Order: sequence, then structure tokens, then C-alpha cells
Amino acid sequence: MIELRDIEKTYYTKTGDIHALCKTSLTINAGEIFGVIGQSGAGKSTLIRCINMLETPTNGQVLVDGQDLTAMNESELRKARQSIGMIFQHFNLLSSRTVFDNIAFPLEIQGLSKTEIRKKVEPLLELVGLEERREHYPSQLSGGQKQRVGIARALASSPKVLLCDEATSALDPQTTKSILDLLRDINQKMNLTIVMITHQMQVVKEICDHVAVIENGKIIEEGTMFDLFTNPQTPTTKDFIKSINNMELPELLKNTPISKEFTNGSKLLVRISFIGSSAGEPLISSLVKRCDVDVNILYGNIENIKDTPYGTLLVEISGTAKALTSSMDYLKARNLRIEVIGYVS
Amino acid sequence: MSPEIINLLIKSFFETCYMVAVSTLISTLIGLPLGVILTVTRKGHILENIPLNGVLGAIVNALRSTPFIILMVAIIPITRIVVGTSIGTTAAIVPLTISAAPFVARIIESALLEIDHGVIEAAQAMGASPLQIITKVLLPEALHSIVLGVTLAIISLIGYSAMAGALGGGGLGDLAIRYGYQRFRVDIMIATVIVLIAQVQIVQSLGNYLSKKLNKTKL
Repeated sequence: MIELRDIEKTYYTKTGDIHALCKTSLTINAGEIFGVIGQSGAGKSTLIRCINMLETPTNGQVLVDGQDLTAMNESELRKARQSIGMIFQHFNLLSSRTVFDNIAFPLEIQGLSKTEIRKKVEPLLELVGLEERREHYPSQLSGGQKQRVGIARALASSPKVLLCDEATSALDPQTTKSILDLLRDINQKMNLTIVMITHQMQVVKEICDHVAVIENGKIIEEGTMFDLFTNPQTPTTKDFIKSINNMELPELLKNTPISKEFTNGSKLLVRISFIGSSAGEPLISSLVKRCDVDVNILYGNIENIKDTPYGTLLVEISGTAKALTSSMDYLKARNLRIEVIGYVS
Repeated sequence: MSPEIINLLIKSFFETCYMVAVSTLISTLIGLPLGVILTVTRKGHILENIPLNGVLGAIVNALRSTPFIILMVAIIPITRIVVGTSIGTTAAIVPLTISAAPFVARIIESALLEIDHGVIEAAQAMGASPLQIITKVLLPEALHSIVLGVTLAIISLIGYSAMAGALGGGGLGDLAIRYGYQRFRVDIMIATVIVLIAQVQIVQSLGNYLSKKLNKTKL
């Protein structure tokens, strides 16, 4: 649906050139929710603005639904933009228009008649749950309601793609959740391709199918949400994962020496990750029964990534050398990701 | 005060209203597009054109820095061409308009610059043309502050019209100078000043009321 080919964006300033994007390529499939995550200044805002050409790339091609936006003239581009919706961090609603008239705005631009506009706006008001607020002005709405107006406005021209520029960053966690639920709902109902940029891992984890991590104008890691979450490669990605899932050792182990070798009486430190249904199995109790070891749970957590449960456990296993080996074999034989951290005394 | 004087006062009041109303109307008609052009041709705005912006900006500044009384005398030849005479109420409208139009342009410009760039970006993302952005985003969003700005322009025009009166333009200023000052009629002077104050108060109150009605950002 969307293809970015070797996009480069350089800002020429008096103090030197700034490379906001360097040779970035990206493919986003129809109907998926694609997340781009990065710290502020990483280039994610520039990246999303290149998709609808609010920023003209210095080099490279932007293809949306088979059309090359970089080869278009101004009026062709305006036409193409009508099938790309966009929502913003600060909503960017027109303060002088009511909720209804804000949603009607893109349709007015396209020159639709009053009756056609009414026919399109009514169901959108219902979709975002703002029928009661139609005659209100944006200043009379809460942040979440404003973003709902923004979403309805973006959907008014029946776009194929929805771009979300930090759409939930100005909202509280509960409102964020309801906006994400709405986006997921729209994605499924209308088979709309959604691209969202954010610095919030929580948001990506909640709804994205694919994720790209961007840093210093480059995409440093890309994959399904699940792969990225369970097996991050770069330090930046690990940092993001850490923001919602504590991968670090608990405080009390930080000052304990961890050795790679087993010595008599030392305990084995293991991180176990569960995926999907195995998160529900009584793993620990069967480990204790079968292998004759003691298990002490130091840390445990279960997250939902796009509705799939993903659990992490940090355990300390104590027993004889033989018992430890057999418990490792037992764990490895199951559908689990096992990471041996070392031995502590 | 005798009925004659009262009639004179009423006549002068309507002369001032006439001068101010017509020059406000024409200067807004000139100042509005000028202010829009000054805004949209700025660096980074929707129709960036730095040379045009520089030239227009310089003309506006030149007109604005000329004191009204000097401008009025300096453009007498132009006034003659436009209205056929350089004396009288209608003739005063020409310098009033020429001095107020750049003022209105700057007021409109500053009102339009207050609009958050994000709103313009949102309209661009929806495929709005520059003209649509001007007519459907910039002007409606800035309307309440434009109204306040035009109110300010009307009030300065009331002041300038008194000066124009001193140069044969008629109106309340003329009355105050000829009767109040030159004939030592303190009562006429006071009456004129009271009418002027009332006029300014009413204009300002109406402007405030209208602007508040139009402002939907504070409900």
C-alpha cells in the first residue's frame, strides 16, 4: 500500500546541513497497522510527513496505492492527499467551526453538496460517538473528544491510509486506550491501512502489527511487533521494550557476583519467556516435581502484545548439578525462550 | 446652546461618520488582500515569495511611517485626480484611506500569523488549495481578532478625521477648530469632545462585543 524508496531529507541551514532522513526504505502492506517508534528528533515526524508529501523528500520515491507522489504536480498531489487521512498530536481542529463542520471540512474542500456532506458526516459522528456534541465547538471538548473529531475528519473523505502523528501523546492513559481501541476498530471495519509514529512503546504494543524503530534518520530495526518485543536486537529497541517490560535484573541481584560456572551450592539464574497459550501452563510446579529442584521467582510479568499473552519470569533454581541440568533440559524441551543469566551463590 | 449650534454639531457628526465609514470600508477592501498577501508570502508560509513580501512590506512601512498631516498635504495632487478637489469631506477620504489601508494590512497580517501552523498543515494534508486555506482556514479562524483590529483602525480614523477637518475636511475636528478654538467657544469645544469620546466608546464596545461573539476559542 505504501512504499518509501530510498527517501532522503536534508534541511539546509546556516549552521550546516541536517540529515533528517538518510536513505530510508519502508514497505507497508494494505490493511495493517504499522508503527514507527523513535525518540524525539529521530526523524519519525519527517518520515510520516513524507508519506503525504507535507515534507518533500530531497531524494527518493514515495508510492501510495501504486501512485508515485514525488512525480506529481501540485494539483495532482492535492487530489492524492484526499485519499490519505491524517491525525495530529494537537488535533489541529478549526476552532471557529463546530464538530459537525470540522468533520465536513475535507468534504467542503472537495466541493460536495450540503446533502452529500450530511450523508457522510452523520455516520462518522456515530462511529466516533459524538452525535450529542455535533454543535459544540472544539474549545468545549476534552482532549479525547477532540481526537475523535480529528479521526472522523480524517475518515470523511474515505481514505485508504490513515497517518497518525503522535496521535495519543497529548492524552492521558485511559483516553489513549479508548482512542487506540477506536483506531483498531476502524482498521478492522474499513480495512484501513494505519501508519502511526510515536515515542510510546505502550501504544505500539497495543495495536501495531509491524514496527520500525528509527534513530538518527535511519530505520535500525524492523519486524513484527512480536519479534521485536521478544527478541530486540539494538540497544535502542531494548530501551523501548524496557519502558514497558523490565528486562533488567532486580536491585538485590545487582551487587551479587554472577559466575558462568556452577560451583557447589550455587543457584541457576534463568529468564523464561512464554508465548501465547503456554503462558497458562503450570510450568513451575511441574519443574519442581519432575526435577527435584527448588524454584524461587524473582520477577514475573505478563503482557498482551496485540492480544497475544507474553510472559516473562526470572527464576532462581537451586539443586544438585544433575538436577539443574535436567531442569534445563525440561525447560528447553518446551515452547519457551530460555536465557541463562548465570550462577549465583 | 442655540439650535443652530446643535444643528451644526449634528451635521459635523454625520460628516465625521461619513469620512470614517467610507475610508474604513475602502481601506479594509485594500488592507485585507494586502494583509493576506503579506502573510502567505512570508518565509515558510503557503505561498512563500520573499521578494514580493519584501517589496510590499517596504511600501507598507513607508506609508505607515509618514505622519498623517504630512501625508495628507503630500498627496493633494492624487486627491485632486481621484475626487476632482482637494477640499471637503469627500476629498479627506483619500488621504484617510491611504493612511489606514497599510495599518489595516498590518493588523490583518498579525491576526493571521496568530493561527497555529498545525491547523494550516491539517488543511494541506486534506488536499486544500492555497485559496481554500485562505478563505476557509485563515480568515474564519482570525475573524475575531480581525474585528478587533478593524475597530482599532476605525478609532484611529476618527482621530485622523479631526486632523483632516483642520485642513478643510469638515466634520467634528473642523467644528472644534473653527468654532471652539478660533472663536473661543468653549461650550462648542466641550460638546465636540464629548461627542468624539462617545463615538469612540460606542465603536470600541461594538467591536469588543462582535469579536467576543465570533471568538469560539473561549466558550
